[in-house]
Amino acid sequence: MLLSEQAYKKIDREVAKFPADQKQSAVMAALAIAQDEKGWLSPEVMHDVADYLGMPAVAVQEVATFYAMYNLKPTGKFKITVCTNLPCALSGGEKAALYLKQKLGVGYRETTADGQFTLQEGECMGACGDAPVMLVNNKRMCSWMSNDKIDALVEELKK
Amino acid sequence: MTSLHNRHINPLILAGLDGKNWHLADYVKRGGYESLKRILTEGMTPEQVIAELKASSLRGRGGAGFPTGLKWSFMPRQFPGQKYLVCNSDEGEPGTFKDRDIIRYNPHALIEGMAIGAFAMGISVGYNYIHGEIWADYERFDEALEEARAAGFLGDGIMGSSFNFQLHGFHGYGAYICGEETALLESLEGKKGQPRFKPPFPASFGLYGKPTTINNTETFAAVPFVFGMGGAAYAAIGKPNNGGTKIFSMSGDVAKPGNYEVPLGTPFATLLELAGGMRDGKKIKAVIPGGSSMPVLTGDVMMATDMDYDSIAKAGSMLGSGAVIVMDETRCMVKSLLRLSYFYYEESCGQCTPCREGTGWLYRIMHRIEHGQGRADDLDMLNSIADNIQGRTICALGDAAAMPVRAFIKNYREEFEYHIEHKRCLVPAYI
Repeated sequence: MLLSEQAYKKIDREVAKFPADQKQSAVMAALAIAQDEKGWLSPEVMHDVADYLGMPAVAVQEVATFYAMYNLKPTGKFKITVCTNLPCALSGGEKAALYLKQKLGVGYRETTADGQFTLQEGECMGACGDAPVMLVNNKRMCSWMSNDKIDALVEELKK
Repeated sequence: MTSLHNRHINPLILAGLDGKNWHLADYVKRGGYESLKRILTEGMTPEQVIAELKASSLRGRGGAGFPTGLKWSFMPRQFPGQKYLVCNSDEGEPGTFKDRDIIRYNPHALIEGMAIGAFAMGISVGYNYIHGEIWADYERFDEALEEARAAGFLGDGIMGSSFNFQLHGFHGYGAYICGEETALLESLEGKKGQPRFKPPFPASFGLYGKPTTINNTETFAAVPFVFGMGGAAYAAIGKPNNGGTKIFSMSGDVAKPGNYEVPLGTPFATLLELAGGMRDGKKIKAVIPGGSSMPVLTGDVMMATDMDYDSIAKAGSMLGSGAVIVMDETRCMVKSLLRLSYFYYEESCGQCTPCREGTGWLYRIMHRIEHGQGRADDLDMLNSIADNIQGRTICALGDAAAMPVRAFIKNYREEFEYHIEHKRCLVPAYI
């Protein structure tokens, strides 16, 4: 049992949404909950989730490696994902990504030396009207990210 | 914010929303849950509900445009075991951002529409699969579900009837392919989202192998309005065979990107005007009218086209999800296609060889053309790869990767040739 009691309670709530013999349906939520707590999905954490849901560890790993938002290695304290897909790019998505790269001094899939920020290029987040769009740690979506707003975001996260 | 303006035309789903009035009490004040109540208390039969929906000529708003009433009639109502209703809110088609606004600004319209669908098809359990990147909106939907349960619009014995319906939210985690309905079902079952071969179709073999109906968020959200005004009145809003209003997500080089709900059949020129016209007064060059997977059309063709399923098909593209990506005269079509090709390469699930390998080929060739290393026969090769992907894969992602390639080259061939010959751009690209 690698996760907190609270995390397993959250997983139980997800399991309850599905038929009793379909606990596996909660694996995506369980992995997301585990990642929120541990920062990334180590093989040990995947094993733990597998045991908890009564499914083969390899089936958990298949899911963890298929979906883009799971972290398969440690990231910085804040993972910032920038959408650079075409609709966003037309409204400054690539420019915003470039500005953030220069500001943090890292490229995509890199982490700053102080371990604070990991930068990542993302695919469509379904928010093209808000471009440029960034996502912090998978949960907090930031819209209309002008250079000033990027400055403010980075300042706020550093605190 | 993108839907909270008054530049819609006769809106239904997005009417009167201010961002705060999403709660159940607000929805009821707008006449919400009246359709469900009427169906349940006036003793409408499921057959009557489906007949009314057919009369509305409501077509699936997720991309395929399939008649919703017909889809509902495919469900084996007398099937003795569990059946499922699934809402596809895995909105990841580049350019589309309407379902998110329905979920966060008018979630009860979606819940009511799903409850009506569940009643019509004799279903007692449903799931709403919500796109991974919109966590706050997933939480919003969960709150709305709690409100509906507390008010007795979901759960057992809804409004004193014998109708039971349990509805749950499900949160995706970043896979475009899960917008494909059978991949979505696999994902709901706790697996990687790789599409299933059809047939069997979900109506006979869906979630956990049980009969399942899957509709898009906007389709469900339109249902209460169909029953509020009657099928014939709803159909009369649009054009024949293209009933009702549609939410168009306008993105790219327009002054006011956002969602605009208008009657189907509204001229594109009117829609562009609602979105504030072209940004910085530039000239329109190209439009992808239905999400990134649909063929691109020239600005001139679009300016003469109406926004409905049949008109866009006649113009040579598809209405798809209603995501309208507008590009101005300064945009480079090579670079634009390169970005889209990268997307499909990234998102191919890897199951079918033509798509897994073909999307990589498309991306690499586009990459070398953009970077001044294109070869004279590259355009033919791109078309040939597209031919070898399209129609040869289990799901439509292969087609979605191939169609833009063919259309970009067909409509803007001189730009691609210029790139290959001169190793640079014909237009001052700034994306």
